Parts: sequence; structure tokens; C-alpha cells
Amino acid sequence: MSNPYKISNFVRIRDQRIFHGEKKLFSCEEATHLKRFLKESYKFLNISYPKFHKMDALCKLGILAAEVLFKNMEIPTDTALVFSNSASSLETDKKHKILMEATVSPAVFVYTLPNIVLGEISIKHKLQSENAFFISDKFNAGLLADYSEILLDTSKADAVVCGWIEWKNAEYDVFLCLISKEGEVSFSEENLEELYRFENE
Amino acid sequence: MKKIYLLDDAIISPLGFSISENLSAIRNKVSGLKFHENKRFDSGGFYAGVIENVTLNEHFSKIGNPESFTKLEKMILLSVHNILFKNPDLDKSKTSLIISSTKGNIDLLQENNGFPKKRVYLAELGKVIKDFFRFKSEPIIVSNACVSGGLGLAIAKRFIMAGKFEHAIIVGGDLVSDFVVSGFQSFQALSEYPCKPFSKNRNGISLGEAAAALLVSSKKGIGANNICLIGDASANDASHISAPSRTAEGLHKSIQNALQEAQITSEEIQYVSAHGTATIFNDEMESIAFNKSGLEDVPVNSFKGYYGHTLGASALLESILTKHSLLNNELYPSLNFDEPGVSKPLNVIENLKNTPLKYAVKTASGFGGCNLALVFKKEENE
Repeated sequence: MSNPYKISNFVRIRDQRIFHGEKKLFSCEEATHLKRFLKESYKFLNISYPKFHKMDALCKLGILAAEVLFKNMEIPTDTALVFSNSASSLETDKKHKILMEATVSPAVFVYTLPNIVLGEISIKHKLQSENAFFISDKFNAGLLADYSEILLDTSKADAVVCGWIEWKNAEYDVFLCLISKEGEVSFSEENLEELYRFENE
Repeated sequence: MKKIYLLDDAIISPLGFSISENLSAIRNKVSGLKFHENKRFDSGGFYAGVIENVTLNEHFSKIGNPESFTKLEKMILLSVHNILFKNPDLDKSKTSLIISSTKGNIDLLQENNGFPKKRVYLAELGKVIKDFFRFKSEPIIVSNACVSGGLGLAIAKRFIMAGKFEHAIIVGGDLVSDFVVSGFQSFQALSEYPCKPFSKNRNGISLGEAAAALLVSSKKGIGANNICLIGDASANDASHISAPSRTAEGLHKSIQNALQEAQITSEEIQYVSAHGTATIFNDEMESIAFNKSGLEDVPVNSFKGYYGHTLGASALLESILTKHSLLNNELYPSLNFDEPGVSKPLNVIENLKNTPLKYAVKTASGFGGCNLALVFKKEENE
């Protein structure tokens, strides 16, 4: 199966490190918890976006990843977002569950949906585009590749950001790819899988 | 033209466990919304559409052991069973299963529920359904807030058009759990009486639970008339994560793109099945979107007065009702509508009306700024 699309760029956030493509962009050398890592990354990337501090960790990870992915480039307006994970918004769900015993907070409840991260990225980068959030027990390159290709083939999107964004217990794992006609790496299930595996090993 | 056929469907709801029971309730303006006691509310409770466990278990015991499955699983399994039972020749190796839910088995976060901890994951829900019916391929699971069910249908069309599979069963389901009740209450989004979509005196949503399943195919059915999905689009508002856009841009764009794909104009649309949650801002936003899209004179309804907001099931449930509306040439009343209450004019359906129908639009919007529009057409066989 061949198509005219390329993996133009990708971002990886995991184990206190941020990779832009294969280049390590940032890391917290000392072992630190997620909250601190998110804050340090925000500072490092020089983002000035007060809303960031209100978000749950899943959305913060998404905002950081999008910032890296879209750095110094013009993003097509119809850049679709096709994300996936296994835990949905479970960490924030657990937080809401605890608050249910006392006082529930709308500021927490609103983050009990996985697709809120798509909304946060859309707001930050002014993307009025196609969104889809898929749930699968593990990274499913075939689904992401097929669906992204369909969106591009049918002109429902000019470009696609697809990938995996997981926050489960204290662990986090982000892998997002920008798919467009620009770049060297062919867009295929195999290449998507390989890039995801490579950084995971 | 690129299209898929809506062949068969099933609804498990407080209004009944068959399509005919559901349609009959709607024709007779019977609502599934009832008062439920809950100490979270000063008023002592809230209105919601809840499926009775006794009835559910009675039905479910014909296909499985009610003790082995959660409430949501039983609803979903029954709806899919109803379709498979009526279509014994369906080739499951060519049929994809698409599951839409916002919160799945979230009620299992409660301790001591008798189910393994991992059962709270949506992927586990997928596995339960896949294994029960011995589907070959992994289910596709969509969790995209309140557009999930309709997006599942759009995704089915997109994959079928691309030749990835021939048929799909899309199933949507969500529960009225204390999890979502407490959350929507904290937003002050719940109505103190059964919700009143598009009305002047609306003041919030009523929640509901349902499972809806739909069999779609690249091939047309054998009946005299076939309903097909001929256009679909979604667009984010890029405006706010929990409030609808004041300019309705995302929904307007979705409708435009869906009509464009369907290659028809808004003048040809004879019916709009709206999201109509009955919050002040949602209904207002929709009225703006429909006016911008030239749909202000088209008969419109919301089914939320019958079912409440069934979250991840709603847009699929309402697509199924839209299908029957087209097939039966019936416009169903928008329950609990009193005085017009949105700033732009709308043609809200107040009473059951028989009229020839060919084209309809279904819309939905949700948290995260997502919007969806689907265009349906009735094809008459010679």
C-alpha cells in the first residue's frame, strides 16, 4: 500500500524526556514526578499560556507535544487530530471519584473525557478541524494509519496529527506524528509502528 | 456518490427494548424521563431516563447470565444481539464492530462491585462484546464526548468507502451513573424538571441511558426503501472546552462540509434532528448554526425530552430515529417544547406530522468543542 503522504515530523514525550524527531530536545535529569516535569517542560519550551495551568496532565502533555510539533511552521487550518490511548481520562476520573465523596469540581469534571485534549490543542492552535479519539489497549498503528489516510484522501483534512497520548498512574507516554505531503519518511503503518517502538526501546 | 446503507437497528432504552416500542412511545409523546431520588439534590432528586434492572435482566437472561455482565454491557450486548438475531446470514468476518461510549463502565470505579478492576477500561468493554459474539477483528472504540455515537457512524462510512470492510455494526451506550450526575450537577447543567429543548423556559439537560446499535453496509438492503448516509463531517469550535461556541462556527462548518460531500443544498433538507440538550447555550448555538446554514425553516426536533441526554449513545440513537422518520414519512414531535426560546427562528416540530421525506440532517455537539453533521437520504427502489 502506498500513498503520497509523509511522516513530516514527530514528537515523543516519555521518561522525563522530550524528543523532536530523533533529536532529544529536553530532559529532566533527576528523577522527578510528572507534575514537576510538566512545569519544567513548559518553562523550557517558553510557552506563555496561562490556561495551561488549569489543565489536567493529559491535556498538558498534549499542549507540550503540539508546541514541539508545530514549532516554527505554519499549520494548515484543516489539520485533523486523531489521537488514541488505553486509559481514556482515567487518572482524572479517579480524582473526580474522590471529589464525589466531598465536593465535586466542574474544573476537574470537564477533564473526565479523553477528547478534551483535542479541544485544548484546537483552541491553542486555532484548528477548526476533524477530531477523533480512539481507545485501544495498545498502540494501534494500523487504525491510526488507515483513518488518517482516509481523512487525507477524502480531503476531510489537509494534514493530520495522529498518535498516542497516555497517562496512567504515574506513567505517561506521548507519540504524535504530523502527517502531510512534506517530508522524507513515507507514511505507513510499518513506519508509524517502527518510530513508536524505536523510542520505546 | 459515496454512501453507506443503514440496514438494521436496535434500541435498548427506558421507552422499550424494540424499535417499535420506542417509535410508538415517541408518536404518543410518552417520555422515559422520571424523577429519581438522589441526596445530592436540594430538591431531593432529578429527572433522568433510567433502564430498570429487573426488566433488563429479564431480557438479558435469554442470551446470557445477567450476573456476569455490567449493566452497560447487558444493554450493549442486547442491542447487538437484536441485530445479529435478525440477520443470521451476516458474514462476521467482513463486519467491523465500532463501539461508542463516553464513560463506559465508569461506575466500576466504586469499590467492591464484583468485577475485576480492569473492567473499567473501555478496551475491556470492547473485548467483552467482541468475545460474546465471536467477532473476528478487534473492535474500533470511539470516545469523543457527546458526538461519539454519530462519529462512530461517520467512521464506519469512511472505512467502508475506503474498502477496509464491507459491513459494520456501530453500537453506542452510556449510563446515568453517579459519576456523570455529580459532574453535570457541579456544572449546574441539570434541569430541575424534564428537559425542554429549544424552549424559552429551558434550564438544562436531563440525563438518560440507552444502547443503540446500527448495521450499515456498502450494499443496499432488500426492502422497498433504503436509507443511506451520504455526507458526514466534524469540526472543532476551537473556542472553549465546556461551552458551545457563541458563533456556532464548528457546527456550521460541519453542516456545510457534510452537505458538500452529499452534493445537495440546504433547500433540499426536509428535517433536522438536532442535538437539543436544552441547556441555554447549546440550543442557542444550534439556532445560530441552523440559521447560518439556511435551515431555519426546516422542521427540527430534539429527542432529549424522551430519552434525556444519552451521551455517547445519543447521536447514534437519534440517527436511528432519523432513519425511521425518513422511512415512515413521519416528523416526530419535539417533546416539552413550549414557547420559542432561542434568538434565531426555528421551525420546531410540535405534533406528529405525516409528510413525504427524502433528505435529513442529524447534528451533535459536545465537550471539547466537537461538532458533527450527518446527511441522510431515502433511496426508493424501482
